[in-house]
Amino acid sequence: MADDKVIEVRNLTKKFGDFTAVDHVSFDVFQGEIFGFLGANGAGKTTAMRMLCGLSIPTSGEGKVAGYDVYRQAEDIKRNIGYMSQRFSLYEDLRVYDNMKLFAGIYGVPRKEIPARIDEMLQRLGLSEIKYKMVGELPLGWKQRLAFSVAILHRPRVIFLDEPTGGVDPSTRRQFWEMIYEAADGGITIFVTTHYMDEAEYCNRVSMMVDGKIVALDSPKNLKAGYGLSSMSQVFDLIARGALRSE
Amino acid sequence: MTQFEAFVRKEFFHIFRDTRTLLIIVGMPIVLITLFGFALSLEIRNVNVAIMAKQNDPMINRLADRINRSDCFEVTDVVSSEAAVDSLMRRDVVDAVLMFDSGFSSQLLRDGAKLSVVSDASNPLLAPSEAMYLIQAVNNFFADEFEGMAQPQAGLTTNVRMLYNPQLKSSYNFVPGVMGLILMIICALMTSVTIVREKESGTMEVLLVSPVRKLTMLVAKMIPYFVIATAVLIIVLILAYTVLKVPLSGGLGLILGISLLYIILSLALGLLVSTFTKTQLSATLICGMVFIVPSMFLSDLVFPIENFPVVFKWMAQIIPAKWYIGAIRKVMIEGVSIMYVWKDIVIMAAMTVILIGLSFRNYKERL
Repeated sequence: MADDKVIEVRNLTKKFGDFTAVDHVSFDVFQGEIFGFLGANGAGKTTAMRMLCGLSIPTSGEGKVAGYDVYRQAEDIKRNIGYMSQRFSLYEDLRVYDNMKLFAGIYGVPRKEIPARIDEMLQRLGLSEIKYKMVGELPLGWKQRLAFSVAILHRPRVIFLDEPTGGVDPSTRRQFWEMIYEAADGGITIFVTTHYMDEAEYCNRVSMMVDGKIVALDSPKNLKAGYGLSSMSQVFDLIARGALRSE
Repeated sequence: MTQFEAFVRKEFFHIFRDTRTLLIIVGMPIVLITLFGFALSLEIRNVNVAIMAKQNDPMINRLADRINRSDCFEVTDVVSSEAAVDSLMRRDVVDAVLMFDSGFSSQLLRDGAKLSVVSDASNPLLAPSEAMYLIQAVNNFFADEFEGMAQPQAGLTTNVRMLYNPQLKSSYNFVPGVMGLILMIICALMTSVTIVREKESGTMEVLLVSPVRKLTMLVAKMIPYFVIATAVLIIVLILAYTVLKVPLSGGLGLILGISLLYIILSLALGLLVSTFTKTQLSATLICGMVFIVPSMFLSDLVFPIENFPVVFKWMAQIIPAKWYIGAIRKVMIEGVSIMYVWKDIVIMAAMTVILIGLSFRNYKERL
């Protein structure tokens, strides 16, 4: 893990009126890293992620994603990131192939490369046989893998996953994480929010957010050692106990 | 592949995968137009006629008998008071009434008599023809009755009164109305629903994170509906011309031009609705209740605006369909040139600009 910072955040703050959703948050994420972004509901995870994706302008502080400024270069950021929301968000009434082609087109993948890239991606995921199936007919686990593959089809530098494994069984989650590892091995930086603490164990580093502030940031191993606990789940319980606000 | 191309392709997929909706969109105007074409036919047959005479009069009896024998008419009632006529009309038992003044035949022989034809004009297509046929039958009768004697003929005055629909709106008027409604439904309703659907299903979030530009996305959304609306417009015009024999007298170019402007206006309206609604249901309700229903009632389609209370007259001024239907009616049926509809065109253009401006201001690129 070199000094190659993909995400750089300094004192990033977002206020909605009197309410400070994200309060002077600072962290760095490095190339190829799997960065877990943890916090209870209402802790400010989604707001922070939105600012990094160019969806929302920070109130103050600095932020750079893939080398682009979050205030002025939102469009450049959007071109260089992938995004997968917690709600399944491909078009159910389009075929798998059409969905992939659409997003390839949106992200400006050169026309000639599109079919080959889609085939390669489907093959790697073992989804080749469903190429012409309607997305709506697929089971949820497949849909999520598909959504992930669509999000990395244009080879972004960093991909934001907002609770990507909600509502699926542990074995499907396991499969999903294998995909994440594979993508990270390929050099894509993974920024993932989750509330499954077993998933937090899979991350290279995790940050924990409480009431809009980051209260802990380290590798799962160091965090556990630091608190003298045996699992991330216990670490999280201990930290989150101090939270004042909830949903 | 450009973003735009990819997006338009996707929108067409959405529409063509949903064959049922597509069939309704295209089928509805065809059904409506053919319905107006055939159901409202001009054939006169079995018209129920009542006779009102104050006294028993042999000449009137002979006339009634003669009318009754024709294929077109059937004398169903003979009454002696105006109140009875009123009741027959209200109960919809008869279509027309022949009203004779008291002492009709003696008057006729002396210094002329009056005969009134009262016709139920709630069916605007048939009423005038019925009345004309009836007068013809009466005239024929008197011509035979007084063969060789020219004088009494001159003494008969027939007076035709149309009840319920004095303006005699014809089915021609329905064509601009149907066009105004259909195009509004396709463009405003369908466009707003398709944009809101993306919000509902969560795909909008993904699109907002993607580098798709606002303008690209909105224009790409509107293009398929523009194409479908134009296709429907052409189908309706062909049907109107061939089946209904609507004259299209003001020139096809002007009709198409005004219609295209109206299509764009309706698309802008749909866009605006989609910017402030969150669910497909509310978008449908707003389009239906706030735009389509008032379009029906305030656009001069069913009821003449001039008979409305002043408040509704004002409200009617902001209904796009009112201006469109008015302009198209003038051009299509009266055959006027652009000189007579420029005001409607300018108002529609201004509405379009305002709506597009508003919706761009409202549309949130960042959530």
